[in-house]
Amino acid sequence: MDFPFLYETFLTLIAALPLTLQLAATAIAFGAILALGLALCRISGILPLDWFARLYIFIFRGSPLLVQIFLIYYGLGQFREVRHSMFWFILRDPYWCAVIALMLNTAAYAAEIIRGGLLSVPHGQVEAARSCGMSPFMVFRRITLPLAVRQALPAYSNEMISMVKATSLASIITIMEVTGVAAKLISETFRAIEVFVVAGFIYLAINFVLTRLVAFVEYRLSPHMRQPAPLSAATVAGEIR
Amino acid sequence: MKMIRILAAAALAVSALFSSAAMAQEKTEITIATEGAFPPYNLTRADGTLDGYDIDLAHYLCDHMKIKCTIIAQAFDGIIPALNAGKFDAIMAGMSATEKRKEVIDFSIPYGNTGQGFAVLKDSDLVKLPLQGDLFSLGSNEAGARKAIEEMKPMLQGKTIGVQTASIAARFVDEYMKGIVQVREYKTTEQHDLDLLAGRIDLTMASMGYLKTAVEKPTNSDMTITGPRFQGGFLGAGSSVGLRKTDTALRAKFDEAITAAKADGTLKKLSEKWFGFDVTPQ
Repeated sequence: MDFPFLYETFLTLIAALPLTLQLAATAIAFGAILALGLALCRISGILPLDWFARLYIFIFRGSPLLVQIFLIYYGLGQFREVRHSMFWFILRDPYWCAVIALMLNTAAYAAEIIRGGLLSVPHGQVEAARSCGMSPFMVFRRITLPLAVRQALPAYSNEMISMVKATSLASIITIMEVTGVAAKLISETFRAIEVFVVAGFIYLAINFVLTRLVAFVEYRLSPHMRQPAPLSAATVAGEIR
Repeated sequence: MKMIRILAAAALAVSALFSSAAMAQEKTEITIATEGAFPPYNLTRADGTLDGYDIDLAHYLCDHMKIKCTIIAQAFDGIIPALNAGKFDAIMAGMSATEKRKEVIDFSIPYGNTGQGFAVLKDSDLVKLPLQGDLFSLGSNEAGARKAIEEMKPMLQGKTIGVQTASIAARFVDEYMKGIVQVREYKTTEQHDLDLLAGRIDLTMASMGYLKTAVEKPTNSDMTITGPRFQGGFLGAGSSVGLRKTDTALRAKFDEAITAAKADGTLKKLSEKWFGFDVTPQ
């Protein structure tokens, strides 16, 4: 192992880390908002909304992200109407094209995850809230959504992890994030193994931190699963016996 | 049994090498290999005959060397091992004399260099880049090349250029145009053409041979070639005749003939015919 080279590679690649994180964070944040909207459409019971969401999810879940990125970046740019439209200042920029593609894609997956979470909220809890006189919106804000988020979080963390990794596809539309820089480095040094090992390690590190964060949020959201603090282990053991 | 076969094969290879090497010193007849699928350097006509810049030039060089030549078509991959195995005596296939190839075979002096050029959109103000069609060599006149870039600088300032990743154009932009233009790197040259047409980048830099065919595609009708061309140095000396390392006498003859072709304007004439611009190496 050539450690000086590995170290140099690490320094080169880590410089691209902020861009990778920024891409992932923006896409996940916008994607989550869109996903919530789609999930609400799905369970709204209003047929046109339901079918719109179904179609959207079908299209974006059913086609490869790579193809979506290509279509949004190279595809839309082919049309004169698009180039002369008010959206061109966003679509002209490879960064925003990548964010849009990642966002639209993650929203499709996350919508189903959130829908699962919303449907898992026990009916009794909602009825209890209603009988307290809460308005439907307040029930949603105080009861349904927090419980749904807690239920959906383990599955949603999967989606966040795959989004972090999916940012590597942005390199094909000239964005020099970690994988883009790695590919450039390989074409200059011809040392694929070392460079990709370092790049892989960086993604592992990001996802390690991400999973810890999700675990922490999950811990905070489920106090009812924890033992009450004042009880010592001995008394608990005694009580059980 | 297997051992004997290997020994026999080795003996055959060695004898082939020696015999062809010995014969080459007083050759009056040689075989030249080309690819026949790399226009405009070399191409195969519908009736199966070979044609192109390489072929026209080969005829001239052979006349000049007073050697009778047979030109054959050969797949480009494996053309170098076949040369060393003695299947033919020279390669003229638009082949660049790279360092890696030089480890295995020898090259004559270059006989054609398209250089690297710029492409822009027809309605862009960069169409009026200075030094239109001029040729600058990083090898023989680097100061001149730098001056040329200096002259283009006011027009290029702040523009975005597209190049293929790891290409010599990418290296050129990195070494000579840093701080003047913004660089975007693409996996393929077709992709930077698409972005040029979409208006995301202002110009591209690529091999003139490529640009020439690219602007002629119907979908690229908005694209045009502009500004000066650069060659030499790390951009490569251009296409040369590939020869066995042992055939030094033949190489000297080719060098002499190419120098003559350069001097009497044959290279210029043939390149105008096949490329539409002068590819004479500087």
